[in-house]
Amino acid sequence: MTEKFDAIVVGAGMAGNAATYTMAKRGLKVLQLERGEYPGSKNVQGAILYAAQVEKLIPNFREDAPLERHLIEQRFWMMNENSHTGLHYRSDEFNEEKPNRYTIVRSQFDRWFSKEIQAAGALVLTETTVTELIKDQKGRVIGVRTDRADGEVLADVVVLAEGVNGLLGTRAGLRERPKRENVALAVKEMHFLPRETIEARFNLKGDEGAVIEAAGTISRGMAGMGFIYTNRESISIGLGCLVSDFARVQIAPYELLEGFKKHPSVAPLLEGSEVKEYAGHLIPEGGYRAVPQLCGDGWVVAGDAAQLNNAVHREGSNLALASGQMAGETIAELKANGVAPTARNLGLYKTRLMESFVMKDLKKYKDVPGLLHHNTQNFFLTYPQLVAKAMENFVRVDGTPKLEKEKRTWKDVVSARSLGGIVGDAVKMARAWR
Amino acid sequence: MAETAKPAPAAGGRAATKKELPERFKNHKHVWVFIEQERGHVHPVSWELMGAGRILADKLKVELAGVLLGAPGEDTMAAAQEAACYGADLVYTVSNPILADYRNEPYTKALTDLVETFKPEVLLLGATTLGRDLAGSVATTLATGLTADCTGLEIDADGSLAATRPTFGGSLLCTIYTLNFRPQMATVRPRVMPMPARVERPLGRLVEHPLAMVEEDVVTKVLKFIPDRDQNKSNLAYADVVVAGGLGLGSPENFQLVTQLASVLGAEYGCSRPLVQKGWQPADRQIGQTGKTIRPKLYIAAGISGAIQHRVGVEGADLIVAINTDKNAPIFDFAHIGVVADALHLLPPLTEAFRRRISAHIRDRIAS
Amino acid sequence: MHIVVCIKQVPDSAQIRVHPVTNTIMRQGVPTIINPYDLFAIEEALRLRDKHGGLVTILTMGPPMAEESLRKALTFGADRAVLLTDRFFAGSDTLATSFALATAVKKIGEVFEPVDIVFTGKQTIDGDTAQVGPGIAKRLRLEQLTYVAGVTGLDLAGRTIEVERRAEGGVQALKTSLPCLITMLEGTNEIRRGSMPDALRAARAEIVTWSAKDAGIEDVTRCGLRGSPTVVKRVFAPTPRSEKAKFVEVPKDAAKPGDKGALAEALVESIFAHHPSLEADITTLARGY
Ligand SMILES: Cc1cc2nc3c(=O)[nH]c(=O)nc-3n(C[C@H](O)[C@H](O)[C@H](O)COP(=O)(O)OP(=O)(O)OC[C@H]3O[C@@H](n4cnc5c(N)ncnc54)[C@H](O)[C@@H]3O)c2cc1C
Ligand SMILES: Cc1cc2nc3c(=O)[nH]c(=O)nc-3n(C[C@H](O)[C@H](O)[C@H](O)COP(=O)(O)OP(=O)(O)OC[C@H]3O[C@@H](n4cnc5c(N)ncnc54)[C@H](O)[C@@H]3O)c2cc1C
Ligand SMILES: Nc1ncnc2c1ncn2[C@@H]1O[C@H](COP(=O)(O)O)[C@@H](O)[C@H]1O
Repeated sequence: MTEKFDAIVVGAGMAGNAATYTMAKRGLKVLQLERGEYPGSKNVQGAILYAAQVEKLIPNFREDAPLERHLIEQRFWMMNENSHTGLHYRSDEFNEEKPNRYTIVRSQFDRWFSKEIQAAGALVLTETTVTELIKDQKGRVIGVRTDRADGEVLADVVVLAEGVNGLLGTRAGLRERPKRENVALAVKEMHFLPRETIEARFNLKGDEGAVIEAAGTISRGMAGMGFIYTNRESISIGLGCLVSDFARVQIAPYELLEGFKKHPSVAPLLEGSEVKEYAGHLIPEGGYRAVPQLCGDGWVVAGDAAQLNNAVHREGSNLALASGQMAGETIAELKANGVAPTARNLGLYKTRLMESFVMKDLKKYKDVPGLLHHNTQNFFLTYPQLVAKAMENFVRVDGTPKLEKEKRTWKDVVSARSLGGIVGDAVKMARAWR
Repeated sequence: MAETAKPAPAAGGRAATKKELPERFKNHKHVWVFIEQERGHVHPVSWELMGAGRILADKLKVELAGVLLGAPGEDTMAAAQEAACYGADLVYTVSNPILADYRNEPYTKALTDLVETFKPEVLLLGATTLGRDLAGSVATTLATGLTADCTGLEIDADGSLAATRPTFGGSLLCTIYTLNFRPQMATVRPRVMPMPARVERPLGRLVEHPLAMVEEDVVTKVLKFIPDRDQNKSNLAYADVVVAGGLGLGSPENFQLVTQLASVLGAEYGCSRPLVQKGWQPADRQIGQTGKTIRPKLYIAAGISGAIQHRVGVEGADLIVAINTDKNAPIFDFAHIGVVADALHLLPPLTEAFRRRISAHIRDRIAS
Repeated sequence: MHIVVCIKQVPDSAQIRVHPVTNTIMRQGVPTIINPYDLFAIEEALRLRDKHGGLVTILTMGPPMAEESLRKALTFGADRAVLLTDRFFAGSDTLATSFALATAVKKIGEVFEPVDIVFTGKQTIDGDTAQVGPGIAKRLRLEQLTYVAGVTGLDLAGRTIEVERRAEGGVQALKTSLPCLITMLEGTNEIRRGSMPDALRAARAEIVTWSAKDAGIEDVTRCGLRGSPTVVKRVFAPTPRSEKAKFVEVPKDAAKPGDKGALAEALVESIFAHHPSLEADITTLARGY
């Protein structure tokens, strides 16, 4: 006998978890299916958690969620081969009662989240891969087929929170596969170190944490960024670049990461660590213009699967949480009002997204992806080199008159890229940012 | 063991603090080694334990005894004589037809009876399938402590047995005591202890003990014994020269570089665990904590990183030679001779170099 | 027929890290799994049940979070799960563990159906003693069959069972009577994937949770640290060898730099220099070949 649920959620990432939790809390009969061994086992993230969104779901999450460190310092590094020029922002303000951002280890956070979900009454099945959506004659989605024996389950609505690849949605003809220039491939490692060592190296105490965002020659001319996050007993380090760029530059992602790790500014931070985890994952970077159809008859899509990711602010999981929650709320409301989950009625989900920061932010940065595609070399090779040279010129004392030094710097700048070009890039960047 | 790894026992536990040994255990004396004998063959681990037991007995200034269970006959007598040559001061035997094949019930009864009658303070067994099966039952029946798979045995200042074994998947070692119970039991895996020298010696004493049990009392029957078909099964544990390969070889095909060198050296070959897990090599070729412990004169490891679980299996080798592309590989911390080189490129010329050298010797020998 | 399978939730030891200075275990992020050896026991039990009918109960002693492992075992298709959890159990060695488990098995037999077979894994990957199974058998006076490669015959009416057991140098075919305890050898079968109905049932199942008292343990001093005759006195990291390996390099006078032939010669030279008697040994060995 095939069982039927009010809703089936595919995926136990941030989006799927938020959706499942929201619906279960409102009394819906929900089944969540995850192919990983346990929730979080397949999820790759830096990872920074933004508290505000989690608070909306579980107000007192700080009491028992596995949080690593709250962030009090953010560094931006522009790197060339042997130097970095940095901007540090550190504030004691962030040592607040309810800190704003935390580092987390996804495998642990997601497991905790899943416990809350099960306590809220949802059924969670792991090691279960959804292979297909089941549709009726009219093309409405009415359930899913899984890789288990007797593996069909039915539901009024299916929430696709299957992550960036979105194979199910693509296979069911609900959307296209994400384009290569709209996804980044990120690789990441966890480096374990005793907590005292981490605190000494990053100038932290207690549960304080710091993050480094890095760009420059480490991506070898590709559009991409590196990151270093402090966890309690480990450091997450990773780097991501657009898949289309990888295809162009022909370099293996792990080689890139090796280079980043060996950089003289980075190596001392990691020295003596034990590497325990190497993972690669895609990140949707297409922004506003890449967002696919968000709902249809009997289905909605949330999180990375809907390409909802703010690449500029690295807010993937944040948007996943928000969209998952909105999807859950919409479905619960329709159910409560006895309204059928048709494409039209589920359109309420899209309206909610449009009215929230999710789509507003994506819209704000809608031109950034395009800009980086076209000026990749300048942004990731030329400018970092220029900055590094200028800085060296400025700092090094060698008897050269300062005026001469400034002239040299200008010469470097102009010979590397025409003044018009630089001004143009700056203007374009400012516009895209606006 | 549920929590072998508790770093420090909380105070107040029944066994945690060293108290005066309870009266009933005070007359427990002497060190015993269980001699594992089946079908006329003594497992070499028994002699290795005899070597370890000798050291403990000397330290305690007590006698070292061998324990032999089996069917009546010449085999048992021969084994008892052999035990003397490996250092036993005396041998306890229980001879009974129902002990012909190993079965838990009669063996457990025979050994517990002996212990209760003659009261040893230390009882050592080999960590073989037989030894582990028997040790667990005997320790439970006697309600005493048992430390499995020890890698080190010592007597500490106050005369207690300090048994050291790997814990947490081999990343750490721990030292375990059975302070307030007797006998103190331990099992040790084959080849962990060195084989002592065999010295021709007459058998001191032979103490025979009866077994109050008849075949009808034994519930489990042996229908048949099927000896391992594969007669050329690896003799890895006892080989003098071993060549092994690890993941650094890159592919199952490249493993033949290892077997070729082994064949030129008349050596056995082995591997690290990932190769077994990947199905490149059968399980009986695995060297290390969860595979075989080896003590060859020469061990050559190619493309093996030297993880602690591998290391514990090879540390008994006289000479360890490591070939690895990474000069910081942990194997260089315990190898005697290291070569930073690609094994795929070095093994073929190395095989050749050995071949030339050896055939020169063989020619010399034939000539003379 | 009623089978009890004892399983243990263990840290995935491949992921364990040791603090380089304090030598303590860094547990953060170390996932827990069902002791891999126990999966063979679960599968063998399920096969017997499928063939002969009856029920399979899974039993574990551990912290509350061990429930995850029990639920997973139910997903494979087991019928019932019992979690034995109590602070009194903390610090148990094999003797105390087998005492608690044996008492619980007895209780399971009284509360539910009489127990015909108890299965355990060959050993755990954390304790690695292979003693708990024999310990349970002895306390419950069950016939003990260790290192079993497979059950070859079961006669429920005649109450007999036949198994093949891994022994030193061969395989023993044994016949004994029920009830018995079997410790399963690894690699003997492959754990199944439960069906969707099994998985749904497992997700909803009520795990029977017992304290020491619930399990019928009167004397808690026989449990945990207090009931353990062995004492862990010291935990430490293996000491590194004092000197590092002596590195052999391509001789300076080699025909070409990086010449592997010359390197090989130098290595052979160095091996025999280090251990002179080897040369004769190897010659003898090689001849034997
Ligand atoms: C290296 C890296 C660093 C990042 N850093 C940050 C950061 O610091 N902050 C931040 O906010 N975001 C960050 N992100 C982005 C963030 O990780 C994602 O945006 C977020 O995890 C998306 O959540 P999701 O639930 O949509 O998808 P996912 O987390 O990908 O979850 C999808 C789930 O669905 C499961 N699944 C897929 N298909 C099936 C199927 N057919 N059947 C069953 N289950 C299925 C998968 O196993 C997976 O668990 C980072 C991403 C990467 C790669
Ligand atoms: C509970 C437990 C028990 C275990 N038991 C055992 C055991 O009994 N035995 C065992 O071996 N392991 C065991 N392990 C696994 C152990 O921890 C290691 O993972 C394993 O030994 C690594 O095998 P490896 O050295 O072949 O592979 P790796 O660690 O991957 O090392 C490969 C090495 O090859 C080198 N290399 C690469 N290419 C080349 C080349 N072309 N030429 C030369 N060198 C090259 C690399 O630098 C590297 O050092 C156990 C682990 C656990 C958790
Ligand atoms: N805490 C426990 N709970 C249930 N079963 C256990 C426990 N500890 C050990 N076992 C069982 O006993 C077997 C042998 O364990 P060990 O003696 O620790 O190697 C395991 O494979 C399990 O089947």
